[in-house]
Amino acid sequence: MALVEIRNLHLAMRTHDGEIPVLRGINLELERGRITGVVGETGSGKSLTGLSISKLVPTPPGRYLSGSILYNGQDLMQADEGAMQALRGREIGMIFQDPTTNLNPSFRIATQMIDIALSAASKDPAILGLGSMASRRERRIAARARAVEMLGRVGIPEPAERIDAYPHQFSGGMRQRVLIAMALLGRPRLLIADEPTTALDVSVQAQVLRVIYDLVRERDLAVMFITHNLGVVAQICDDVAVLRTGEVVESGPVSTVLKSPNHAYTKALLVSVPTRAMRRGDLRVAFEGEGAAE
Amino acid sequence: MSAKRGPSDRVAPSRQRVALSRAFYRFNQNPLSILSVFIVGALLIIAVIGPLIVPFPDHLLGQTNPASRFLPPSGDHWFGTNEVGQDIFTLVLAGARISLLCGLGVVVMAAVIGTIIGTISGFFGRWVDEVLMRFTDLVLTLPALILAMAIAASLGPSILNMTIALALAWWPGFARIARGEVLSKKEELFVLGAKAQGAGATRILLRHILPNITSPIIVKMSLDVGFAILAVASLGFIGIGVRPPTPEWGVMLSVSRSNMPHYWWTAVFPGLAIFLSVLGFNLLGDGLRDVFDPKARR
Repeated sequence: MALVEIRNLHLAMRTHDGEIPVLRGINLELERGRITGVVGETGSGKSLTGLSISKLVPTPPGRYLSGSILYNGQDLMQADEGAMQALRGREIGMIFQDPTTNLNPSFRIATQMIDIALSAASKDPAILGLGSMASRRERRIAARARAVEMLGRVGIPEPAERIDAYPHQFSGGMRQRVLIAMALLGRPRLLIADEPTTALDVSVQAQVLRVIYDLVRERDLAVMFITHNLGVVAQICDDVAVLRTGEVVESGPVSTVLKSPNHAYTKALLVSVPTRAMRRGDLRVAFEGEGAAE
Repeated sequence: MSAKRGPSDRVAPSRQRVALSRAFYRFNQNPLSILSVFIVGALLIIAVIGPLIVPFPDHLLGQTNPASRFLPPSGDHWFGTNEVGQDIFTLVLAGARISLLCGLGVVVMAAVIGTIIGTISGFFGRWVDEVLMRFTDLVLTLPALILAMAIAASLGPSILNMTIALALAWWPGFARIARGEVLSKKEELFVLGAKAQGAGATRILLRHILPNITSPIIVKMSLDVGFAILAVASLGFIGIGVRPPTPEWGVMLSVSRSNMPHYWWTAVFPGLAIFLSVLGFNLLGDGLRDVFDPKARR
């Protein structure tokens, strides 16, 4: 059984012009040990789908009309805020697009990571490898050791020393890796990565993708990888779902979908990736073709 | 960290030093800021050791000397003497402690009350925000001095009551600043990130929002100390709060009203003390703003 099953999820947003449906019956499954790419253009509902799983879509203005999200058999749509707080961080880890604004600028990396490790450990002491009788001091030391270990795991050089730096002393790629390390401190089973490499340059992007890819193999994580970069999808995803205006227009294993797309929109998306062989005007034709297919 | 030192160990402390020296540089950009440090520093020193170094300590205990009343400024009495023959220099120095203590007390109390109310209001929004902010507006519509007079009158005149009274009239400014800052900070992505890590409302408020709104509050505090000193002096002047013979600048001004213009020194020197301390704290606040919020410079 899939770890996450999204069934017929409808979400509407209140705007000046009344309620507008933004998710129109999303169906998606995320399995452990697999990376599921979610692609689509801006505004297609990729991020809202991701945020819906951990129920971080603000309501209002959002309103869920119908549908269910089954996490390990539990319907998250029925779960209250307390239950969701227990899941966030512990079961569901999240990484967001812009690593520059995702860390609290006022505190050292160490402070923030130890904080998260301690709060995760308050629900499951096994995370720090200590019994429930451990003293405060022991827990802090263990939490720090765990944070250093995670930083090393995501490829921060000299983690034991760099952990005492402030976020602004890190580069964008390093910060994104710190965020991945943070998201994994609570040993979640599901990682929702919302365009984790969009703000990074290609060489750093490759490093971050490598880290995610290895972690999936190592920890049997289920990953929802939100992106609009089809190259990245082809590189690391096992499955892919193509979203458009709040609907999944096509999904399946990456090799099938990318090699022989069924839906016109998927074809248009694929054609819209510029290649060196393209001539001026080709992209425009691709989009006109897409418009005609409507 | 006595392990082997890589090139990156040197980076962290030196960056810290850079940040500190940059703050220092911004502060020093304005010569008035440096002046303010001297004024406020001198004021603090006088407030602490003032009563110990005054030339006529007996006068602080209420001793009068009718033989030497209304002496003009001279070598013996730098600021002259008042209507009962007390040395004004002594009284002005001793007054610094009360003015400063009350000024700081008012601002600290007001900042605490205002920050709590403003933060709760901005963070929880909706009806909590409405209720708290309308209440804040209500307090704001009452003239601070009148409100303080009413409170001081009902609590009875004493230094502590006067400080509380002023603080109760003073907090709305802090509440508004705190609310505005919280409103913008709660939309920051690191708050969403903290939520995604399973943080609850209390944790987000205390760990992620409050530490990031402190600088405007600190700046306002340092700006307001001067005005609070002025307000304390005003209350002393109209006879609420500090009572003679406790030396307080406002009280001294009030008494010397009847001595003007002939015995001008009885009014000018306490007035000058008030002027200098208000100016000092104001300039200090400006200097701190340059450090904490360089973009706000005009």
